Amino acid sequence: MKKWFISAFLMMMAVTARADLVVEVTQGVDAPTPIAVVPFQATGLALNEDIAQIVSDDLGRSGFFKPMNRSNMLGTPSTEEQVFFRDWRVSGNDYMVIGRVAPAANGQVQASVELYDVLKERKVWSETVTGNSNNLRDVAHYISDQVFEKLTGLKGAFSTRIVYVTAKMNTPGNFTYKLQMADSDGARPRTILQSKEPILSPAWSQDGSKLAYVSFESSRPAIYVQELATGQRQKVQTFRGLNGSPAWSPDGSRLALVLSKDGNPEVYILTLATGQLDRVTHHYGIDTEPTWAPDGQSILFTSDRAGLPQIYSLNLPTRELKRLTYEGKYNSRGRLTQDGRFLTMVHQDGSGFHIAVQDLKTNRLDILTSSSLDESPTIAPNGSIIMYATKKGGKGVLAGVSLDGRVRFTMPNGDGDVREPAWSPYLQ
Amino acid sequence: MRASNAVKALTLAVSVAWIAGCSSPSTLSEDDSSMGGSATGSSSNTYGTGDASGVSGMGTDGNLDVANLKTVFYFDFDDSTVRADSVADLEAHAQYLASHPSASIRLEGHADERGTREYNMALGERRAKAIERFLAVNGVSGAQAETISYGEEKPVVLGSGDGSWSQNRRVELKYVSR
Repeated sequence: MKKWFISAFLMMMAVTARADLVVEVTQGVDAPTPIAVVPFQATGLALNEDIAQIVSDDLGRSGFFKPMNRSNMLGTPSTEEQVFFRDWRVSGNDYMVIGRVAPAANGQVQASVELYDVLKERKVWSETVTGNSNNLRDVAHYISDQVFEKLTGLKGAFSTRIVYVTAKMNTPGNFTYKLQMADSDGARPRTILQSKEPILSPAWSQDGSKLAYVSFESSRPAIYVQELATGQRQKVQTFRGLNGSPAWSPDGSRLALVLSKDGNPEVYILTLATGQLDRVTHHYGIDTEPTWAPDGQSILFTSDRAGLPQIYSLNLPTRELKRLTYEGKYNSRGRLTQDGRFLTMVHQDGSGFHIAVQDLKTNRLDILTSSSLDESPTIAPNGSIIMYATKKGGKGVLAGVSLDGRVRFTMPNGDGDVREPAWSPYLQ
Repeated sequence: MRASNAVKALTLAVSVAWIAGCSSPSTLSEDDSSMGGSATGSSSNTYGTGDASGVSGMGTDGNLDVANLKTVFYFDFDDSTVRADSVADLEAHAQYLASHPSASIRLEGHADERGTREYNMALGERRAKAIERFLAVNGVSGAQAETISYGEEKPVVLGSGDGSWSQNRRVELKYVSR
């Protein structure tokens, strides 16, 4: 186990140079599946990415797999004829991946990949993946998704993206905030918005084409909707007081949001095409942090109407209100898995603010983290990992934990504090 | 002196009762259009050295130098009650504002880093509005005060622990025009 951690750590260190966010796996499942991802052979071209290494890192980060350290490989076969399964079995692998990359038409590249069951000595999956030589990371993540799915039965989420906010204090009271997007492994970060004023609450539309977020750039908080492909954006109708917490309806036609124009923070639904505004909560307490149920029929939100924040669900057609959280004095910022069954949230107990998950079928609550300043949970579209913001060594970092608490990693940022992660839906 | 203390106590009691009651739509309208110049982030007037160009108001207590008053007011955790240690200076600001109808302020509410960001936005606003109501009870017109919340986004002290957190749970009072 220790050797695996060390080798995983070394692999992560090797990735450091490329990304602003560096993944450090801290814990995996009890018995991760050993797999060897052999360096791909490249003929007739120079590649700017190490596809096999990216695949290996993806699988390792999921916590389900224990990738073999490249330095321990006795050889680097790239075709089935070159594979001596006994060698790979003896070195402890259950599975192995080999591949060959060659030029394809139109300046593209072609990766022929094969996944083998080492013990049974037979091929599990093979495919030829075509991609741009500039987007080899996408080719690699596609391969990771396929391997992950073939061996775990779960849909892979390696080809997804995350957005997050970074904040850097230049001088006391003087900050630079950035809204950034990166691959789910932290690579290829790019800045979507940079501002001297706060940015928060980024939210992906369900089709992955747009972001909504809150920006103070006009000197007051306002909600913006930005189309990712074009960069075009629009400020939605802004009111006196708070404008915050945008949440996309599943069909993308409406935003739930928080306004305090009527005296205190309430949840409203804005129909984007018409500008029609429907008020959804009517209570003098703080009602905030709305999120939609996957069927679009109800909205969950945080309310302190009972004294301190708890999470409630409002059925939109009937307007029936139901309190969901009863354990603990503070539960807020709920997010649902795509099947609507599990609710992750920020839960406060005697030792601080943690990420917790509640099974809405049984109402059992599990506290997943022991760190004490956790916030902003966001769930991978395949429900495998909850990413969240926390503090490590006094710095804001992103971290991930699986719903059963067995898999953990952290993603510190090189430059400033990072917070408010939002995981994309499946893209393309 | 005694009478003055009784007035202060009564004022405090009234304002606490006001704040503790339900916040029905505020009787103060945050009417941006009466602000005159736009209150952008760059116009921050803070007080400390008393070298402000002759700004002083004459209140019932005699000479009143607004420049020497506190402009940052602190709050207890998860609370938006105006604390006793804020009362005297707030009353003084109120007296100044009440006697200078063209003066206006911006109240910026903040929260410490614990808990979730949008909830903390709402907490910051609650604190700014609590100060605003206190000032209203003391004669400040709604047109003279604007509130905004920055939640936990603009701490004055980075770092964790009660020392940092207590300094970040605050409302900052900034004169937009005097």
